[in-house]
Amino acid sequence: MSTSERVSARRTRTDQPSDREQQVLDRIDKARRRKPKVREERVTLSHGSGGKATQTLIEAVFLDTFRNPLLEPLEDSASFPVDAGRMALTTDSYVVSPLFFPGGCIGDLAVNGTVNDLAVAGARPLHLTAGFILEEGFPIAELTRIVESIKAAADTAGVQIVAGDTKVVQRGKADGCYINTAGVGVLEHSRELGIATVKPGDAVLVSGPIGEHGITIMLTRGELDIETDLESDTAPLNELTAALLDAVPGVRAMRDATRGGVATILNEIARAANVSVTVDENAVPVRTEVRGASELLGIDPLYVACEGRLVAIVDGEQAEDALATLRSHPLGQQAAVIGHIGADPPGMVMLKTAFGGTRIMDLLVGDPLPRIC
Amino acid sequence: MRFVDEFRDADKARALSAKITSLCIPGRHYKFMEVCGGHTHTIYKHGLEDYLPENIQLVHGPGCPVCVIPMGRVDDAIHIARQPDVLMTSFGDMMRVPGSGGNFFDSNAEGTNIRMVYSPLDSLKIARQNPDTHVVFMAIGFETTTPSTAMTVLRAAAEGIENFSVFCNHVTIIPAIKAILDSPDLRLDGFIGPGHVSTVIGCRPYEFIARDYEKPVVVSGFEPLDILQSIYQLMLQLADDRCEVENQYSRVVPWQGNPIALNAIGEVMELRPYFEWRGLGFISHSAMRMKEKYSAFDAEQVFSMPGVRVADPKACQCGEVLKGVLKPWECKVFGTACTPETPIGTCMVSPEGACAAYYNFGRFNRTRVKEASAHEHV
Repeated sequence: MSTSERVSARRTRTDQPSDREQQVLDRIDKARRRKPKVREERVTLSHGSGGKATQTLIEAVFLDTFRNPLLEPLEDSASFPVDAGRMALTTDSYVVSPLFFPGGCIGDLAVNGTVNDLAVAGARPLHLTAGFILEEGFPIAELTRIVESIKAAADTAGVQIVAGDTKVVQRGKADGCYINTAGVGVLEHSRELGIATVKPGDAVLVSGPIGEHGITIMLTRGELDIETDLESDTAPLNELTAALLDAVPGVRAMRDATRGGVATILNEIARAANVSVTVDENAVPVRTEVRGASELLGIDPLYVACEGRLVAIVDGEQAEDALATLRSHPLGQQAAVIGHIGADPPGMVMLKTAFGGTRIMDLLVGDPLPRIC
Repeated sequence: MRFVDEFRDADKARALSAKITSLCIPGRHYKFMEVCGGHTHTIYKHGLEDYLPENIQLVHGPGCPVCVIPMGRVDDAIHIARQPDVLMTSFGDMMRVPGSGGNFFDSNAEGTNIRMVYSPLDSLKIARQNPDTHVVFMAIGFETTTPSTAMTVLRAAAEGIENFSVFCNHVTIIPAIKAILDSPDLRLDGFIGPGHVSTVIGCRPYEFIARDYEKPVVVSGFEPLDILQSIYQLMLQLADDRCEVENQYSRVVPWQGNPIALNAIGEVMELRPYFEWRGLGFISHSAMRMKEKYSAFDAEQVFSMPGVRVADPKACQCGEVLKGVLKPWECKVFGTACTPETPIGTCMVSPEGACAAYYNFGRFNRTRVKEASAHEHV
């Protein structure tokens, strides 16, 4: 082929796209419209850059899993109508290590923790946001597992993830994945709950065996070479709290017993209401595995975190009703009345030990188990 | 839970309590020292004093390994941890023990790497995993923990591990008991002997207490019924006018001790001429150091250390508390300047320390609580 012939051939192609070229352009167009897919196996800094990789990550991992009408427009804020009345708003960050543990992972923990904070305030949880801080190099497969567990937990709790955010930090600047969730809920009643309303004569209830989350995390870390079939108790409490509020007019306050466990909550109550709290050690439900591990570690299950256990203070005369209500729900089958509120000594929590003595149950000084939620 | 609940049976406790009370001579006061911090912890954790008549008083002894570590040794440990490529490890109780310039947490905030381990073997494992780092285990404790340190050194030697050493602060219980017996300001009626230490050294070493000082000793287990039964045995001895060493904890403690453990200690360590005890001062032949043969594993040989003696804060009366001369609440700074959050003295640091146990578990007016609960049950 001569030079002039070649030039002419090229010109022809430019002026009139050949069928082959059009096919390629069509394919590109189709590919761009196709559902985005994350091709990398690990999170890179470009996933947090705000550009195409971020877009792909959001659409392929987050939007695809969480899909709902409030999230789908991917606007800067989710907007939704509200009724007149009171709302509840809360936020919590999750840094648990390890990210995956028997009974759950950071994902369902991040949903249940925030749902529970709303539920114990007496609110019906509506919507959650999810913010992720990811470490460069974090496996996409693990992120997908976490996101799927968030979706499953949100479905169980009856809430939606309506807004989100992703940031990526350099390797070594974070530990895999941190999550923040915020939640809004509505208060569909006009009752004033709060630990300051607790009075002498009230009863203290827990919704089930305590300390399973904390001990599970501790044992999963493998520092102790103890094997059990314990699982985290992470669960949404909103059905349980709603049932309790419906059935028992004398509910004074509810709390979820997370960091610091039941003992810490009771100390907060004793101080806020200037009352004494007496706990009967024999009445506190604790699984044998939790007791055994606690004995070995020299810690008290009453200080160990739960992620799906409710502490409720109710009018003493309605304690039996409250107990029956809790026990009628699958999450409250092993609920128990563990103590009562008195007047003296004010601001203190006393424990009647199983041995028959009495002692103080004070706030802990240091955290016996760091990074459990 | 098996093997635990049997030893916490409230009915048996009531029965023992009645027997103890029946042995009390009216008008006489009884003072028993529980030597071991583990006992102090049990007594407070289970509210055991509620079962004792008012004329029996329990005095908390020096057997808390953290409480007897002087400030200078904490400073030395931090000095070692500051050396390049050093990772220091110790038991969790040590983390809050104050040195003259702060504790291990403070030191870590300034850049050192001091980690908590559950066993010296964990420390050796860290050394194996980090060959470029020198891992030091700050060893503390009485004869209870000394064998595990000795075994770890023997294993390190057998495996030829070169980046591991021990900062040895092991102490021995007998010289401390002797120092207390020779202390003029304390009158005791008997000793609740340390159970865990005795699993290693046996009961024989206490015989001088009965023979030379005419005080009964009952080596006791760590569950609340063990301690109550030991008090009953002490009361029986006093009632019979006997002074003997008895072994309440025979399910664990052999009279002769554990010769394998003793041999391991003897292979790796030897007695120091003297050692400073917090609050008790220098006591001769009261602590262990590494033998010359194992100097490669001796942090005191591997690193140069300031070794400066630091006087205890003036306000702190840990010494009197450790000797049982003062009850924790009788100390001038107890619960005000000295609390578990900001301890001045070591007795407030460890959960086995008398002050921490009293502050955390016993800080209430028993009479008032009894009255309040009686009132509620009317």
